[in-house]
Amino acid sequence: MKLPTWFHKLGSPPHFYRLATLLTPWFYVPAVLLLLAGTYGGLVLAPADYQQGDGFRIIYVHVPSAYLSTMVYGVMAVASAIGLIWRMKLAHSVAAAAAPIGAWFTFLALVTGAIWGKPMWGTYWEWDPRLTSELILLFIYLGYISLRGAFDDRDKADRACAVLALVGVVNLPIIHYSVIWWSSIHQGPTIKKLDAPSITGDMLWPLLVMILAYTLIFAALLLQRVRAEVLDRERNARWVLDIMGAPAQGN
Amino acid sequence: MSDFLAMGGYAEYVWSTFGLTAVVLVINMVGARRRLRNSLREAGLRAARQRRQAS
Amino acid sequence: MKPRKQRMAIVAVILVGVAIAVGLTLQAFEEGVSFFYSPSELLAGDAPQGRKVRMGGLVLEGSVVREPGSMEVIFDVTDMENTVQVSYTGVLPDLFRDGQGVVAHGVMQPDGQFVAEKILAKHDENYMSPEVADMLAEKGHPQGAPDVAAN
Repeated sequence: MKLPTWFHKLGSPPHFYRLATLLTPWFYVPAVLLLLAGTYGGLVLAPADYQQGDGFRIIYVHVPSAYLSTMVYGVMAVASAIGLIWRMKLAHSVAAAAAPIGAWFTFLALVTGAIWGKPMWGTYWEWDPRLTSELILLFIYLGYISLRGAFDDRDKADRACAVLALVGVVNLPIIHYSVIWWSSIHQGPTIKKLDAPSITGDMLWPLLVMILAYTLIFAALLLQRVRAEVLDRERNARWVLDIMGAPAQGN
Repeated sequence: MSDFLAMGGYAEYVWSTFGLTAVVLVINMVGARRRLRNSLREAGLRAARQRRQAS
Repeated sequence: MKPRKQRMAIVAVILVGVAIAVGLTLQAFEEGVSFFYSPSELLAGDAPQGRKVRMGGLVLEGSVVREPGSMEVIFDVTDMENTVQVSYTGVLPDLFRDGQGVVAHGVMQPDGQFVAEKILAKHDENYMSPEVADMLAEKGHPQGAPDVAAN
């Protein structure tokens, strides 16, 4: 399988660095605006739930975090596979940059879920398939981050971490289907198909706005972190010295 | 207003989750920015060293 | 070209191998992975006898009896096929009510009563305002009955 040329071009560090610098504000600014709109919609405009009252509003911070926790892992795993197969260093940089962001949102999903569980279910934590598999996801992220720190050689770290990321991908379907395959304290997904969600429109739109805002904020954070990662890896490259204002050497 | 803050009796749960979310978002924003700043400073120092050597 | 294809094969082998290994493990521990037993499973003796287990089902409408002057509650949990009586002393979660999905953690007594140490409420994936819920109820759609019975 051959990659298209635009992909190779994207994989070139100086090209990606310039593109990322250009794009970051275009993700960052809408993300913050949508975050404010979604929070206002969720806390003020959406009606209280018929069963959970105002307690249900936690959905507006819990579900987007939980969604990001797995989506970011998907990005990390795909980038790792590309890095392994096509020996693309930039792909490894993307995976490395995604890990801390994914870990933070997994932590957030777990803690907001626990706080939501206390009044509604009557417990902060249970060793339930959904909750446990999400906790394992956090451990995989932390394992990935510490494995990366354990290597001095960057290429070796890239390869070892990519394998770990691929092995951990098996956890994603387990998280998603845990509430369907096994009995669980956690309910099934509310948004299975967009045309028939189990939530009324006045409660749904702030949730969708929040999910979009989280996705954009992830994109902005990822671009910033990949830029840092690329700068560290290419610190001696001509183009880095050029944008830092070093004099031209030879030709 | 106080009705809004009371969140129908779920104030502690709703506000703690929203508050924690805000804190984690800010940590991530500051963290990514700081990480990039460090790398830029590092690369800048390297370039400056080269400049001194060249002159 | 060849080494790239080789690397692609290695990645595929990792993915498939881990998926099979984990799939088989989960298959073997299926009982242990599930969070609760249904009343039918419990009565059929699928659960370990005399040990603390979890039982999930719906609170049978109109079965909740509160002992006056104490925190004790007695109610029936059903999966629409079989029903088990549960007794519990303590604070109930906010969502506990008639027809609600619950998970009781406790021991099945020889006399057929389930003595729970902890009661968890389960809710479904439906969210709506009270007005919409009333409207649906008028049209005859039952509300507040999560899918526990299906498990």
